[in-house]
Amino acid sequence: MTAVAAEGLRKRYGDTEALAGLDLEVPAGSVHGLLGPNGAGKTTAVRVLTTLTRPDGGTATVAGHDVVRDPVRVRARIGLVGQHAAVDEVLSGRQNLVMFGRLYHLGMRAAKKRADELLERFRLTEAADRTAGEYSGGMRRRLDLAAGLILAPPVLFLDEPTTGLDPRGRTEVWEAVRDLVDGGTTVLLTTQYLEEADRLADGISVIDRGRVIAEGSPERLKARIGGDRVDVVVADPEAVAGAAAVVRRVTGAEPDVDEEALRVGAPVSDRAASLTETVRALDAAGVPVADIALRRPTLDEVFLHLTESEEVPA
Amino acid sequence: MISAPAGGGATGVRWTVIDGWTLTRRALAHWARRPGEMVAGLLFPVMVVVMMGYLFGGQMDVPGGGDYREFIMPGMFAMTMVFGIEATFAAVAGDAAKGVTDRFRSMPMAPSAVVVGRAAADLLYSVAGLAVMVVCGLAMGWRWHDGVPAALAAFGLLLLLRFALVWPGIYLALLAKGPESLVAVQILVWPVVFLSSALVAPGTMPGWLGAVAEWNPMSATVTACRDLFGDPTVTGTSWAAGHGLLMALAWPLAITAVFLPLSVRRYRDRGR
Repeated sequence: MTAVAAEGLRKRYGDTEALAGLDLEVPAGSVHGLLGPNGAGKTTAVRVLTTLTRPDGGTATVAGHDVVRDPVRVRARIGLVGQHAAVDEVLSGRQNLVMFGRLYHLGMRAAKKRADELLERFRLTEAADRTAGEYSGGMRRRLDLAAGLILAPPVLFLDEPTTGLDPRGRTEVWEAVRDLVDGGTTVLLTTQYLEEADRLADGISVIDRGRVIAEGSPERLKARIGGDRVDVVVADPEAVAGAAAVVRRVTGAEPDVDEEALRVGAPVSDRAASLTETVRALDAAGVPVADIALRRPTLDEVFLHLTESEEVPA
Repeated sequence: MISAPAGGGATGVRWTVIDGWTLTRRALAHWARRPGEMVAGLLFPVMVVVMMGYLFGGQMDVPGGGDYREFIMPGMFAMTMVFGIEATFAAVAGDAAKGVTDRFRSMPMAPSAVVVGRAAADLLYSVAGLAVMVVCGLAMGWRWHDGVPAALAAFGLLLLLRFALVWPGIYLALLAKGPESLVAVQILVWPVVFLSSALVAPGTMPGWLGAVAEWNPMSATVTACRDLFGDPTVTGTSWAAGHGLLMALAWPLAITAVFLPLSVRRYRDRGR
């Protein structure tokens, strides 16, 4: 079963091509991450899929219904949690949920019952009658999530759900999302935080300039730039170039150089042997080394790698 | 968004009314939770009328004769209605900036309910505002002289003006970059109030300015209300000044005819 399917979505705002033929397929019951820098088209993609914006071209279905031809049916099957905590800040948390429940056409009794359930589930029962504007960032986000879940929608869209939250608020939102997925909800999540996608998503689509440039599980994407990496941190700025030359020679790959952190890193194929050889070669070349380590690549590196080299097949 | 197919859910008058009422109740809940803000909003026009009536009033003569405080009361009623556009703007721009508008748009509710609910809430608030001003006017010696039906007709015209201003309020709020633009609206409202027959006779202004004042939609409502209340009034030279009642109906209807479709379209096409 496919919960979200998009084919060749296009959307242009003036001179900017926000979506340039975006394809997407999200299996039901999974968490899918849309990963990309600011302006890559993530939010536009979510706006099209949630019927807020009409695409210039391409097709998309959500929970089996076409977003352009049948927006009302789509709206009855989705929840949207946007970049703002879109709640009424004057009303209490409970009043917010009852109001949204009424607008989802629950009866008054059902809306109140659902509000109580969601307040309990998102640990807001104690704060239920306080003004939502006085909530902490994490609490407001949880209320926002709760409002998106009133109908227990089969598909939930989260557009950068943890942007602007402190680490504690972020953890709270992550826990809430995991609970949802355990309950069978399909989640499409956009994020700039690779850590977030890594932790939550079963599948990731990396987006750049309105197109998907890579797709797969976090593990597969990481494997794609060569598994393990060797990282060398040198002791002084003048040694960076020398270290880069050594790493290039030993690994046979073009190293990533971070001048500020005095760090040179490159993918390696043979873990232990490469490490030993790098240490020896650096020593022989007289490069002053502060630290050297072998590690798995982060999604950040995968991302930089993918967005910098356009020849990577999608 | 294109209209929903039959059986698709929240279309039709029924859901517009039900969802609109839910949103009107939301505004009522705001007043209950923030009574201070509401009371301050209701009392601000009272402050203006006391200032105008007692600070400036002593120096003012009504050209056709009559009490200045009685002369300005219909103008102050209309001013209260015109100030209401700020409340409409602030509420709509706030929702848009906080993403609440987009949440509504992503929900299976009647799309028209958002503007209907806003209009109903704003009218309720304006009825309260008008009631406060009437009490204030009565305390200051203002009276209606031509019977209750004529007075009710005048109040109807005032609320019609307020209703008409809901739509440019929504439209401008959805057009604006953010709630901060409220300042611009507040600044624009003052010339509309002062460049009218609300406080002074347009005949005392330089010719062209007087003509602008006489054609001001607010002047039309003020002139018609003075006639209906039997309060002191001024006679103007322009066609508009001579047809106050007609203009008091035509202006609001014209404003509504232009801005209601514009605001509904703006709401539907947000972020297109």
